[in-house]
Amino acid sequence: MIRRKRLLHWIAVHSVAVAAALFFLLPFVFVFLTSVMGDGQAMSGDLWPHEWHWSNYVQVFTTPGFLDWWRNSLTYAVLGTVFTVCSSLPVAYALAKFRFRGRRTAMLLVISTMMLPPQVIVVPMYLVWAQQFHLSGSLWPLIIPMAFGDAYSIFLLRQFLLTIPKEYLESARVDGCGELRTLLRIVVPMAKPGIAAVALFQFFYCWNDYFGPQIYAAQNPGAWTLSYGLETFKSAHMVDWNLTMAATLLVMAPVIVVFFFAQRAFVEGVTLTGVKG
Amino acid sequence: MALSPAPALRRKHRRTRLRTLGFLSPWLVGFSVFFAYPLLATVYFSFMHYNQIKEPTFVGLRNWTYVLTQMPLFGPALWNTLWLVVVMVALRVVFGLGIGMLVTKIKTGVGLFRTAFYVPYLAPPVAATVAFVFLLSPGGGPVNEVLSAVGIDSPPTWFNDPTWAKPSLVMLSLWGIGDLMVIFMAALLDVPKEQYEAAELDGAGAWARFRYVTWPSITPIVMFAVVTGVVQTMQYYTQALVAGKLASGVSIGPGTVIQPGYPDHATLTVPQLVYSLGFQNFNTGAACVLSLVLFAIAMAFTTLLMRKRAGLLSAED
Repeated sequence: MIRRKRLLHWIAVHSVAVAAALFFLLPFVFVFLTSVMGDGQAMSGDLWPHEWHWSNYVQVFTTPGFLDWWRNSLTYAVLGTVFTVCSSLPVAYALAKFRFRGRRTAMLLVISTMMLPPQVIVVPMYLVWAQQFHLSGSLWPLIIPMAFGDAYSIFLLRQFLLTIPKEYLESARVDGCGELRTLLRIVVPMAKPGIAAVALFQFFYCWNDYFGPQIYAAQNPGAWTLSYGLETFKSAHMVDWNLTMAATLLVMAPVIVVFFFAQRAFVEGVTLTGVKG
Repeated sequence: MALSPAPALRRKHRRTRLRTLGFLSPWLVGFSVFFAYPLLATVYFSFMHYNQIKEPTFVGLRNWTYVLTQMPLFGPALWNTLWLVVVMVALRVVFGLGIGMLVTKIKTGVGLFRTAFYVPYLAPPVAATVAFVFLLSPGGGPVNEVLSAVGIDSPPTWFNDPTWAKPSLVMLSLWGIGDLMVIFMAALLDVPKEQYEAAELDGAGAWARFRYVTWPSITPIVMFAVVTGVVQTMQYYTQALVAGKLASGVSIGPGTVIQPGYPDHATLTVPQLVYSLGFQNFNTGAACVLSLVLFAIAMAFTTLLMRKRAGLLSAED
């Protein structure tokens, strides 16, 4: 009786799980199948390709600009990540481990910046970059600010640094380490999982960013990123969805590959955002 | 007479303060230059007429009255953003919790299922939106093909139908539920097992166990999910914009000015309207007024929710 109930329970749970898995995975399957269809077939309502046109992918890569978009996305994501981590770590360390007047206020300000929609300040920000620095038409207005701390990364790193016991830092101080040495020699090695998670988040943020490149790079196709360029793909290839779908998969691929290599750090990071505190 | 600290001690204090300032300096600069200044400038421009070519001129409250009482798109944009904040956030939390609970119950192949549920979250928003516009497209998209194959004669036209456009965006956001699934999973696994056993001994049914054991222990995480969800949805931009543009079929090159929010302003959000005013109509004043309205709503929502201490500040503060 109990065994039968258990079996029924197993069947119920796993049927729901399979149905959910279909909801999450079928979009990828349809996108992939369409991406290898011939020009005439993609919008015919067929679900299965008559012939497999792998050459669609070659065609996407040889689209003028596509490789530039890759290069720009990588530049933005790599520089943005390095800048953000290097500038946010000392701030997070001070907020987590130093006692000083105004610490609570500083923390509240960090959190409010984090909550603010970027669109609120974008107009004056654009005017500064365009009129004082003449940098519109490039991604620099997006990359440079990342060398000055990013609220979300500061917040996450601080949450992580709070978990490092004081004793480690004190013993380093007793050994005569300055704060900077303590940070680099003691804290960084211990905080590697947190740093990795923040770096991944920032990389994904830059890679996925659409709003930023639209504001600053729109006028100059040479500065477009993959995320921004992808949207123009359909209109450039009006006729068919097959090339657009191939390009879509090519934009998704790097993020998913990075994820499979860094799965642990990633899941840890997502948990870190929510479970602490 | 108060004792003044010895000079050596005072020097040490000053050194400590300088050290703290040194560590904080990247953020101090960043905060002033990339946050405080533009915020003040937004307030300034909201009282100016400025088309980004001629010098700004002071116009008093004219931008404010224009945006709040005359601008035809303000109403729809505000409505859509609030609609999304309420419906999308609520459904995401419920669905994320559901999927999280499902994963904790799976006995066979849990790793595979978890990965399958998680991967869509990683798809870049633009790519995911392009994919969904294709999947849901009325003329030969796979979803409607399947729907008509199972006998549904006139399936909705999704992103092309004003009533279905926002629900389609919600569906897209549920597809990327992976982040919430992970934090809910972690929270659910943290609920002490003994409490379930005790409840079961007391004869508590499934609902009572959820209500009296699971729920109290996961409320902080639910609050966290709601706060971050509201913050994200206030900025909701990319998916709505890309879906509207692609579904409308308008050829879009740089410089093409299109009416945002296709179909029939159904996908027009406040951030999109800020962009459209500031960067397509060059109406800096109106764009800044709208930015401040968005700022006010965002602040109102977050202070309201932060009252409940959504776990953003730990006990130490």
